[in-house]
Amino acid sequence: MWIDTLLSSLEDTPLATAVRENSVLFPALECTHVLALTAVVGSIAMLDLRLLGWVQRSRPTSQVVAEVLPRVWLAFGVAAITGVLLFSSNARSYAHNNYFLAKLVFLAILGVNMGLFHRGVGRKIGDWDTALRPPTGARTAGVISLTLWIAVTLCGRFVGFTRVTLPPP
Amino acid sequence: MTNPSSLDTFCDWLKDTGFSLTLQSVEWIIPLVQTVHILAIAAVVGAAITLSLRVLRAKGRPQPGTRVASTPFLAIWVALPILLVTGALLVIAEPARDLENPVFALKMGLVLVAVAVTFVQQAWLRRTTGDGGPVRRLLQSTLAVGSLALWAAIILAGRLIAYIQSF
Repeated sequence: MWIDTLLSSLEDTPLATAVRENSVLFPALECTHVLALTAVVGSIAMLDLRLLGWVQRSRPTSQVVAEVLPRVWLAFGVAAITGVLLFSSNARSYAHNNYFLAKLVFLAILGVNMGLFHRGVGRKIGDWDTALRPPTGARTAGVISLTLWIAVTLCGRFVGFTRVTLPPP
Repeated sequence: MTNPSSLDTFCDWLKDTGFSLTLQSVEWIIPLVQTVHILAIAAVVGAAITLSLRVLRAKGRPQPGTRVASTPFLAIWVALPILLVTGALLVIAEPARDLENPVFALKMGLVLVAVAVTFVQQAWLRRTTGDGGPVRRLLQSTLAVGSLALWAAIILAGRLIAYIQSF
């Protein structure tokens, strides 16, 4: 398949080869990836729970958004970069791993969920900012985000347990 | 290794118990327990980042104090028992991998220090009224950032248990 050819050439890049063959690089990237993902999930969960009206009810939601989102993006950037590097080291194997593919799908849905929130109910945050229980749209966005981040973490962990061994190209 | 130590004997006994064998044989249990473990430590990290940045940004303004700081501390105290239970399950499933691993011992030491630091940090913030003055602010910032660094080190050690084995 053409995509396997493409992924093969990704694996052959010097950087991907270094990640695969250097005994320190892979664990170092993996550690950084795990640290970054705990920062992402731990931070975004605080916002999701506020959207659900479960925690920090005395603070306006916009204040939680302003406090949490910058660090979520920073940590997500680190997780994405380290994730791409880890992926490149065994690209074909990961691309054939269903947990890995599910993780990508969930991340895409998370992006859509966030976009819809900011364009929809989040735009009128002034109307419900101090509400102890934000409107249905906001709560839905919170539930989806919380659930899918848990699913992303779960899939990521299962990827490590299901290495797909491919025949040589 | 020549003679088996009592720790070896204990690990051998534990890994052959029915409970341990169940954990080992059902293939989705370990990754699932590890996921819960990671989600719980994520809650701790999120809380530790919040606490650090709040204390650092409180400069010149009244300290956030107990009311605002209580959610992150609550997150840590809720997550810790979950970490303990899931961590214990992982040890029972593979005793020698952890108990005979110097990185695991280091991790446990760091956990004790991090818990103590968190306790002191919370007790102190609770008793601080207003800004607290520059010296107190500096010490509280140090505690907050220090505990964040400790949790990060704990996560690194946790991941490295899989890579560094000494038996």
